[in-house]
Amino acid sequence: MTRYLARRLLETIVVVFLSLTAVFLMLHLTGDPVKLFLPTDALPAQIAEVRHRLGFDQPIWLQYLRFVAGAARGDFGESLRYGVPALKLLLERFPATLELTGWAMLVSLLTAIPVGVISAARRNSLTDYVGIIITVTGQAVPGFWLGIMGIILFSVRLGWFPTGGRGTWEQLVLPTLTLAAYTAARFARITRSTMLDVLSQDYVRTGRAKGLAERYVLYKHALKNALIPILTLVGLQLGQLLGGAVVTETVFSWPGVGRLLVQALLNRDFPLVLAGVFWVSLLISLTNLLVDLAYAWVNPQIHYG
Amino acid sequence: MSEPLPATGGAITRAPSRIWRRLSRHQAGLVGFVIVLVILLASLLAGILTPYPPDVGDMVQNLLPPGSPGHLLGTDQLGRDVLARILYGSRISLAIGVYTVVVAGALGTVVGLLSGFWGGWLDTAAMRLVDVQLSFPFILLALVISAILGGGFRNLIITLVISTWVMYARLVRGEVLAVKEKEYVEAARAGGSTDWHIIFRHVLPNVSTPIIIVSSLQIAQLIVAEAAISFLGFGVQPPDVSWGLMLADGRDYMMNAWWLATFPGIALAIAALGINLVGDWLRDIWDPRLKV
Repeated sequence: MTRYLARRLLETIVVVFLSLTAVFLMLHLTGDPVKLFLPTDALPAQIAEVRHRLGFDQPIWLQYLRFVAGAARGDFGESLRYGVPALKLLLERFPATLELTGWAMLVSLLTAIPVGVISAARRNSLTDYVGIIITVTGQAVPGFWLGIMGIILFSVRLGWFPTGGRGTWEQLVLPTLTLAAYTAARFARITRSTMLDVLSQDYVRTGRAKGLAERYVLYKHALKNALIPILTLVGLQLGQLLGGAVVTETVFSWPGVGRLLVQALLNRDFPLVLAGVFWVSLLISLTNLLVDLAYAWVNPQIHYG
Repeated sequence: MSEPLPATGGAITRAPSRIWRRLSRHQAGLVGFVIVLVILLASLLAGILTPYPPDVGDMVQNLLPPGSPGHLLGTDQLGRDVLARILYGSRISLAIGVYTVVVAGALGTVVGLLSGFWGGWLDTAAMRLVDVQLSFPFILLALVISAILGGGFRNLIITLVISTWVMYARLVRGEVLAVKEKEYVEAARAGGSTDWHIIFRHVLPNVSTPIIIVSSLQIAQLIVAEAAISFLGFGVQPPDVSWGLMLADGRDYMMNAWWLATFPGIALAIAALGINLVGDWLRDIWDPRLKV
């Protein structure tokens, strides 16, 4: 187990390092970052001064070495726009993103799993069809559009919730529902199909045959075994949820990492972009590791050696 | 009419009629098929269906609500007809989806074929790359690439190709691993065929079904992705018109002109739904294994 953990952690480092290298090279091979973020009428002397100050006049291999050395210490340089250390800025915004994605994940699981279980238990009933129609449509509707519609209906027309910002619970409601909508549809679909698989297994028939209550069979025997694919999807969806947060945060002016990164990209704030790539790939790699460990907890038959 | 003709004619008509019979039994697939057909016709016939151009408006008639005389879905902040923009916008949205799927599909298929067939270090390297890229949020990856490349129709397609080819590479590789152990591959090899001949004449035709199914579902996702990227300001740029760009405009006017964001979003959702339904149907009849 310790060896497995050590290998996985090493892999995580390699993955994060490779992602950073790829983005670093792309940023530097496609043009001078300085020219992109200075105004177009900047004087050549000004450009040279900024390039020198930021170290962009050095050969690319030296810049890369310096970047790697810095990144290893968590130092990505100062944000070109805000003038503060990029990673620090990012970490300050992270709690807001965590709050939003955490609630969205919770809401989508709490709605999707019961819908999926009921749909599967009453296969081909009216309830099942309604569930399928809602989830199939839910997957086609873009999340950010749902957010805009939510603002128009609940904020502008009805005045129930504010249009954006963060601080009160009212401000949390619309972004959470927007972000939860897409993942909920996927969770419901996969819960339904894995439950259908599991419900045709022998141990489910045995459970029913020996007179266990249907609820007990459904939730204790079937759902527990259906949890593995759902768990994988939770891990995979975290990446998508972070991606969704980028758009949702922009729609609702939610002060999180996603909105910060969109602004960094629009402003060509490369240190901030690199810090963001670092943080996101680290987060996702560690989540995948946690998911794998959680398998072993859900299914004692799985061992890592 | 001589004897052989009915036989050939029969063979040709039988295939479509069989597909049609299957389709008519699959209600959701039929609905999707009709939706896709209507959208294709609407985008092809945009010039006939509306008298208005998509990019020029009448400032005197700006922000007219839906149902105004001559403007069924209203006008935007520059007095451009919303329906005309949705019709013309469908061209760019669909084109981006289709072009990307073709290029990314071809690229990913070739990598997946070679990776799966030859294995070794090429396979290991390619699949590590695929794993890393797939674990990164799609939309964030696309945003980073398009911020580097710059916006516009062509760059957006390049961005989306880079972001999606890995999916095909992984899918095709998995299929190749199963197919390359089959007897007909061994037979071809025993018969002295070269690797290239085997890969493209024997393996590729036998892995093409999942590629087609995934591509159909992928088009819907790409249309939504285009909208999200253009919405954030990185994708299609004016004077081109796409649904995502219309949504970005609509967001700026959501306080007083709800229709600007509502109708392009509905068009987008219906298109994605229709394409998804067709994709689900293709999967159900050809390859139920791929379900969810």
